[in-house]
Amino acid sequence: MTTLKRSTILKDQVTHYCPGCGHGIAHRLVAEVIEELDIREKVIGTAPVGCAVLLYNYIDCDIIECAHGRPPAVATGIKRVRPDNIVFTYQGDGDLAAIGTAETIHAANRGENITVIFINNAIYGMTGGQMAPTTMLGMASTTTPEGRGKHGEGPPLKVCELLSSLQAVSYLERVAVSTPKDVLSAKRAIKKAFQKQIDGKGFSLVEVLSMCPTDWKVSPEKAVAFVNDEMKKVFPLGVYKDAK
Amino acid sequence: MAEKVLLKGNEVMAEAAVQAGCRFFAGYPITPQNEVPEYFSRRLPQVGGVFVQAESEVAAINMVFGAAAAGARAMTSSSSPGVSLKQEGISYIAAAELPCVIANMQRGGPGLGNIRAAQGDYFQSVKGGGHGDYKLIVLAPASLQELYTLTMNAFDWADYYRMPVMILGDGILAQIAEPVELAPYKPILEIASKDYILNGCKGRPSRVVKTLVLDPADGLIAHNEHLQRKYRRIAEEVNLCEEYQTSGAELIVTAYGIPGRIAKAAVRQARKDGLPVGMIRPITLWPFPDAAFAKVIKTARQLLVVEMSHGQMLEDVKLASQCALPTEFLGKGGGWYPTEEIIREKIDSMLNVSGRARK
Repeated sequence: MTTLKRSTILKDQVTHYCPGCGHGIAHRLVAEVIEELDIREKVIGTAPVGCAVLLYNYIDCDIIECAHGRPPAVATGIKRVRPDNIVFTYQGDGDLAAIGTAETIHAANRGENITVIFINNAIYGMTGGQMAPTTMLGMASTTTPEGRGKHGEGPPLKVCELLSSLQAVSYLERVAVSTPKDVLSAKRAIKKAFQKQIDGKGFSLVEVLSMCPTDWKVSPEKAVAFVNDEMKKVFPLGVYKDAK
Repeated sequence: MAEKVLLKGNEVMAEAAVQAGCRFFAGYPITPQNEVPEYFSRRLPQVGGVFVQAESEVAAINMVFGAAAAGARAMTSSSSPGVSLKQEGISYIAAAELPCVIANMQRGGPGLGNIRAAQGDYFQSVKGGGHGDYKLIVLAPASLQELYTLTMNAFDWADYYRMPVMILGDGILAQIAEPVELAPYKPILEIASKDYILNGCKGRPSRVVKTLVLDPADGLIAHNEHLQRKYRRIAEEVNLCEEYQTSGAELIVTAYGIPGRIAKAAVRQARKDGLPVGMIRPITLWPFPDAAFAKVIKTARQLLVVEMSHGQMLEDVKLASQCALPTEFLGKGGGWYPTEEIIREKIDSMLNVSGRARK
């Protein structure tokens, strides 16, 4: 029997996220993991540019807000100065896989002992629905009105697959927050990723497939179905790396 | 007196930083400042510090952002094209009011330019550089001894005012070697304990370092006004220049950094030859030493500005002197540097001296 209670790490705030958005679930999971691992007083998080920029309005621990794409570099500076603290980044797809691709790959390749929570909703949310690096072929966005792939956009970038070849990476898993089962699985993965850092194993990343009904221009129910029926085909869930 | 050692400018600056307690450096290779990251990579591990060779200039300045937020004395260095790339991060660090030191050993521009010394980044350094209304304290040493001292001071000013401080050198300052006395670090200011850093919220409320201020009325406008008040205070408190033979001078030569040093030699000789010449060498480029110019416009008749650019500090000299005196300019960008002779010829022509036999 599971007892449900609100994490003490979550601030008592009215959410700014749209109905049906996956960020709220992901925030809650991060908060619960921090609480369960009893690391709140050691945690330093980074907030991204994008919908999750206000991360610090919800998660009650030390947080630094970064320029677009730069959280892995900022986290590197923090972690190298304070190796005993637990440092995580929380990033969207544009942040992590477009403007910050270099920072992501090189932090991973150095094996920086940080944890990355990567929200993939295949769209730019904050700016109103433009093509993300993870927008799927054929998927319409405000900058791919005929669907991605018609005008040389190339296919979506698959972050876990891309990073899995890097030797210094300790843990990569892709999860979703579109079903209760997926949410439980996502929490287990996030906890494992933080544990990797606590154990000094190096770079860990959890990619979270997440809903964006507003910019997908569908209902919250249809957004859940889109993750389950479309996104999981292109971005298969699973563990992509788990180094000993 | 400490023993003098022979070091290159880049090495002098790095050693001064270590002496001043810098324990984090992130950088990216670019000529003519490569000895800086190389020196830090050897030296920082000896004192328990961290050197990171970043994947880009952008990453380097953001690593410094993180290190400064975590409470370390942190530094990055580069040369002109690389400093352009850092501007995003510099704007964020200024906005977040975090301390750090950034060195720019300027080279020829624009674009990839060349690797000869130049001073084409004056505007970028003193007028902002990145987006938004912010300032850096900008320091322009003219010798390696001065570079050593100012680098140490830079960390104190950065911590005291909680802002980025820039050391604006050039390829000559970076590459020359001269004997330097490595005097022990002595703080010039009392630095309050850093109650804003992120180190985990043990026994205190959580902290946020951020630059997003959505509300204009009570937020971003007020934050900007706060920054401007700080900058006005700094303009009163930090203001350095070298005034040389200005008393009785009809012509004031002004130049910063290496051209300032060359100009001083030209002025010294001209004085020996009986010419009424003096010099103002700004050491802080922001804040600009306005008072020194306000003083000489009452006594001098002409100004000469010498720069390794096409006239950037020239504008600040005109502002500081309220355009009260005829002002001439001697300078070129792209790798040109003034010799003593060239400056002397200009002095002679401005003072209508002709056919003077010179040594």
